[in-house]
Amino acid sequence: MELVVFLILAVLAVVSGAGVIAQRSATRSALFLLACFCCLAGLFILLNAQFVALAQVIVYAGAIVVLFLFVVLLIGIERVAEKPGPRKSERVAGILLGAMLLVGIVWAILATKGSTAAPLSRADNVREIGQLLLSGWAIPFEMAAVVLLVAIVGAAVLAKKRLEG
Amino acid sequence: MVPASYYLILAAILFVLGGIGVLIRRSALVMLMSVELMLAGANLTLVTYSRFLGKVDGQAFAFLVMAVAAAEVAVGLAIAVSLVRHKDTTDVDEIDPC
Repeated sequence: MELVVFLILAVLAVVSGAGVIAQRSATRSALFLLACFCCLAGLFILLNAQFVALAQVIVYAGAIVVLFLFVVLLIGIERVAEKPGPRKSERVAGILLGAMLLVGIVWAILATKGSTAAPLSRADNVREIGQLLLSGWAIPFEMAAVVLLVAIVGAAVLAKKRLEG
Repeated sequence: MVPASYYLILAAILFVLGGIGVLIRRSALVMLMSVELMLAGANLTLVTYSRFLGKVDGQAFAFLVMAVAAAEVAVGLAIAVSLVRHKDTTDVDEIDPC
């Protein structure tokens, strides 16, 4: 049963991931990205990571994809579209390089010994992560807050029309 | 129980799809989306190992990766907007013809 759910979600994730890079229109790419992130949220629930699944839906599907769509509509669909050009060889080279990388990674994964799953902890997943983030991971957690603040300021400065003075 | 290697191979496929997207697409926006796809694949690996090693640390790290991804998208899209303002396109070949 679990395998069936995994296979459905995995196939949907790979198909929508391929849709992101195969679509000519950026709007459709963003919508395929949304589908891919939703499938990944389902996979996180299968892996008993409810908190990450929730954060995936809220942060990725809720904020990032909406931001992409917003910018695509802001700067105009015709400016985002790629003009068709003679780039066949570069495309083939890119896909070939990707395939080689995939073969290498899969080979490494299959070469390692398969491990059995650790027993499920009975504790609340969200509570466990919250305690971890505010005890052992407190400094990285605060650093993430600083990174977000710097990103907000940087985005505001970059998107401003003209610096005054 | 689904074996760990299935999840890891799926994560590798998503990562490679994102990498191919960065290599073959010319629109800066779609390249950013491909980078997001790569980060999502890396996140899946982290959560898989967190499940199979029985520790929550991997999930905490995945959460921090999400924060960095959000910051990256905010700055990247701001760069794309100012690129359109100056060069009137997001096509990387037109911005820097070689």
